[in-house]
Amino acid sequence: MHDPITILGVGMTPVAEHWEISLRELALHAMRRAMEDAGEVHPQALYVANTLAPILSGQTHLGALLADFAGLNGIEAMTIEAAGASGGLALRQAWQALRAGTIETAMVIGVEKVTDRVGAGLDSALSAWSDADYEAVHGLTAASQAAILMRRYLHEHQAPADALAGFPITAHANAVGNELAMFRRAIRHEDYVRAGMISEPVNLYDAAPLADGAAAVLLGRASVARMPDRPAVRVLSTASATSRLAIHDLEDPLSLPAVAKSAERALQAAGLSPDQIDVLELHDSFSIYAALALEASGYAARGQGWQLAKDGAIGRDGQIPALTFGGSKARGEVGGATGVYQVAEVALQLQGRAGPCQIEGAQTGMAQCLGGSGATAATTILALDRGPDSS
Amino acid sequence: MEIARHWRLKAQRYGLVGEVCPHCEVKIFPPRDLCPDCGQEAREPFAFSGRGEVYSYAPVKDAPAGFEGNAPYTVALVRLDEGPLVTAQLTDLGDRQPQIGMPVEMVTRKLRSDGDRGMLVYGYKFRPSLAAV
Repeated sequence: MHDPITILGVGMTPVAEHWEISLRELALHAMRRAMEDAGEVHPQALYVANTLAPILSGQTHLGALLADFAGLNGIEAMTIEAAGASGGLALRQAWQALRAGTIETAMVIGVEKVTDRVGAGLDSALSAWSDADYEAVHGLTAASQAAILMRRYLHEHQAPADALAGFPITAHANAVGNELAMFRRAIRHEDYVRAGMISEPVNLYDAAPLADGAAAVLLGRASVARMPDRPAVRVLSTASATSRLAIHDLEDPLSLPAVAKSAERALQAAGLSPDQIDVLELHDSFSIYAALALEASGYAARGQGWQLAKDGAIGRDGQIPALTFGGSKARGEVGGATGVYQVAEVALQLQGRAGPCQIEGAQTGMAQCLGGSGATAATTILALDRGPDSS
Repeated sequence: MEIARHWRLKAQRYGLVGEVCPHCEVKIFPPRDLCPDCGQEAREPFAFSGRGEVYSYAPVKDAPAGFEGNAPYTVALVRLDEGPLVTAQLTDLGDRQPQIGMPVEMVTRKLRSDGDRGMLVYGYKFRPSLAAV
């Protein structure tokens, strides 16, 4: 019987254009908040989730940089990189080390500083998530790749042009209550229909805004927790999987096999079925990925994922509330830090600390992040710890 | 400069040369040496006909570095007649709107350029099939 791995503390910065602060300061803010939140527990190891710093900031070796800057002198520290799935992967590495018993506390810090570069350089950096020799060399961008998939999705399933509107509408509605969100403004269906195109059929509201942000989650064995009055949240399971990097190499480009595998493994390890999840943080860098991920994770049949957003099933009062703090679309898209924001948000939901974003009675939650067009997926399942009897 | 990186792919970029699996006969592009279907070694070169049809496509307005001179352009997934999907730009569209299912054929064009003194990278793009017009 494992001593449960619990969330000791979380810390997040607003997602915004933080012109005045650097990557290391941004990370420090989140790490400091997480350590304060945990009652000044300090980690024995630091897992940094980041994908863009090598290109945008010319900075590698973030483990040493951030451990040093946070005053965590001498601890083990490293970067985990898997494009937009980096956060979920870093969390999994920390969780595995804790389970193995080699450490008792670990910090996962997801950080992206994107505003140090603007224009074509930023688009190039994002293209590096795809296959450099066979996709990026043809001028493929993250937005046009999502548009290729969205066009095919609408075509194959004969879905209406506004089929995916429910994803950004849900995300924006939920972000109104999140003081860290980039866009705290609800949008209406008319806004979606009238929005300008980024890469047709992907419109302004189908694409999440990339911005600066850092989120930290402090994990540890239940025995080291210092906040006894706070409901304990366990990390029940983590799982990750890969599929072919380039979408042209997939047998069915609309299938997200890595998502299917990681969701299945995580749910199985947690002993839960999809309908036993109370809050769901989905990857919505582009709304098409949210629709495809719902299908791959077992929430909808192939071609039906968009219906869950249209019918309000993912809304606050729906069967499976999703994007509860605004998702990437309205909280803001933070690349490799996304998975850490998601897990911090789910932890706040389960502890009843989500403020205006609170989903009442939430006891289980799933966070899922994707790298690039889904070639890596990481799924994390959290649950409220109901004491020694819970498995 | 990344000369070797592009030079070593010249057979793929100029000739659409992939592989055929000697065990299960599946045609492979881009080449990957291990058959994606049966998992066995597949290193036998195979030159694709360059004919196929558009699986899906999207316009690019905000081009990445090296592609600005070409913008706006259209990227696509093309289903080759021999089976594989390939990512490439559509070209020579003129006034025609691309369509899913549109027959296309491979041509060799400039893919990217790195400034006035930088390297030019050439490779395959796809245009509307002349035979189909």
